Amino acid sequence: MLRIKNLKCGYGRIMAIQGVSLSVRQGELISIIGANGSGKSTLLLAICGLLKTWDGEILFKDNDLKGMSPQSIVRQGISMVPEGRQIFAPLSVMDNLKMGGYTMYRKGLKKQVEQDLETIMDMFPILRERQNQLAGTLSGGEQQMLAIGRALMARPSLLVLDEPSMGLAPKIVEMIFATIQGLRQEGVTILLVEQNARAALKIADRGYVLETGKMVLQGSAEELLVDDDVKRAYLGKDYGNFYDGRD
Amino acid sequence: MAEQKKIFIEHTLFLTIVLLCGLFVKNIYYLQIMTFVGINTMLALGLNMLMGYAGQVSLGHAAFYGIGAYTTAILSTTFGFSPWIALICSVGGAVFVAFVVGLPTLKLSGYYLGMGTLGFGMIVNIVFREWSSMTGGSSGFVGIPMLEAGPILFISGKNYFFLVWTMVFLAIILCRRILSSRMGRALRSIHDGENASMAVGVNTHFLKLQIFMFSAALGAIAGFLYAHFVLFISPESFGFMVSVKMVTMVVIGGMASVWGAILGASLLTLLPEVLHSFAEYEMIIFGLILMIVMIFMPQGLTRGLLDIYEHSRKHVGKIKTGK
Repeated sequence: MLRIKNLKCGYGRIMAIQGVSLSVRQGELISIIGANGSGKSTLLLAICGLLKTWDGEILFKDNDLKGMSPQSIVRQGISMVPEGRQIFAPLSVMDNLKMGGYTMYRKGLKKQVEQDLETIMDMFPILRERQNQLAGTLSGGEQQMLAIGRALMARPSLLVLDEPSMGLAPKIVEMIFATIQGLRQEGVTILLVEQNARAALKIADRGYVLETGKMVLQGSAEELLVDDDVKRAYLGKDYGNFYDGRD
Repeated sequence: MAEQKKIFIEHTLFLTIVLLCGLFVKNIYYLQIMTFVGINTMLALGLNMLMGYAGQVSLGHAAFYGIGAYTTAILSTTFGFSPWIALICSVGGAVFVAFVVGLPTLKLSGYYLGMGTLGFGMIVNIVFREWSSMTGGSSGFVGIPMLEAGPILFISGKNYFFLVWTMVFLAIILCRRILSSRMGRALRSIHDGENASMAVGVNTHFLKLQIFMFSAALGAIAGFLYAHFVLFISPESFGFMVSVKMVTMVVIGGMASVWGAILGASLLTLLPEVLHSFAEYEMIIFGLILMIVMIFMPQGLTRGLLDIYEHSRKHVGKIKTGK
């Protein structure tokens, strides 16, 4: 469904992604793991059109996304849960979700948006409870749920998540990952970027390891979980996994 | 539903106050001041949409105010157009200029956008000053005709007061309609940063451009009302200080609030009049009051007064329940 070939991009003169290739097939859950500064988020920004692609190509359902504006990429069916959630703090929870359906409203599918609102609030009951509260007053976990709910409102065929576990308590992280797994079972194709390597690989079909802008490893999630290099570099030393070890 | 009821009550209250002021205030001077409040409210409303909701600072908004005023002045006086046609041209001209200027400048953000718009405001002001064959230069433009609609002549006083406040009321309704729509949500969403808005599919650049053009239109209407009210315009009325005053109105009144625009405009228009009695200390006291408001009500008057109200209600409640 998504195929990236030899992608290069970056900020100013710095090339943060130095020729990355990957593919996501329909219905798969793919995890990209890597340390801080390895280019994970940059890669996602490029996919969503928030960062200009320098070279290479990004094909989504056989359309080249290169040079496309972020909003037309959303219309193509890619929806992102951005790093650090980035919910719209001055808007109510309800308005945040409605913002997620922005492209739907544009197409005049108001009824569908209302339906989706119900579905998502059934999925996250806490959001229904707090629908009139300002989003900025939610806790971290609730904000993450809101960010996921908002992304789902666009009815994406590919959901892209940027570090959904960031800054959350282990219990909440568990819940978020369970949600992601649930979505996958419902048939949403998911591209997940995570520092919490073990948790991310546990629920994934396949994984990629990104290191200083290059893909250094790829394989099925089971293979990567037992790979010695991955174990040494990401499963033992990553701070995120200290918490994991306790449960 | 509750929301709609609240809005209905607010609007009724607003109209009642305007009506009472218009019918019972006989003093021409007071009516004039209140007309100025209305014109300034129109300015603040437009800037508030841009600054308060979308979070984009403009330090050159007086330019649109001026474009509105000069366009109607030149068209209706020099070329003898009907002022109502001139109004359409004023708004059209300001919107067009906003489009051309906004296309490149709105790619900037924060301080840089402030600087960009500041430069724009200055250029426009220089044009007013130097293009003397058209604008009358720094000595000003005289002989602007009064407005009339059929048998009604809008001379300063009651008629003009009602004209201005009717327009303000229409502008308020328009702003509210925009704010409660899909576009309004998108607008508020870009306040804190644009990336997330882009990620849900908002064309942020175009949206900012649209709202910039909208606020320019309100500015031009205010300019039109000003020109046909005062009947004399000069570049000073649309200079840098006026832009700053507009920003102050929005900030003092309370950003992201339609009523804040009215409060801010009222305070900044009425206060200098009230303070005239202090003669040479006027500006010092004026500055002090603004400082005090900002220190104790950093969110602006609207939020500040609401906080006081809610606080006192809690207090009263406590006394009643005997705690």
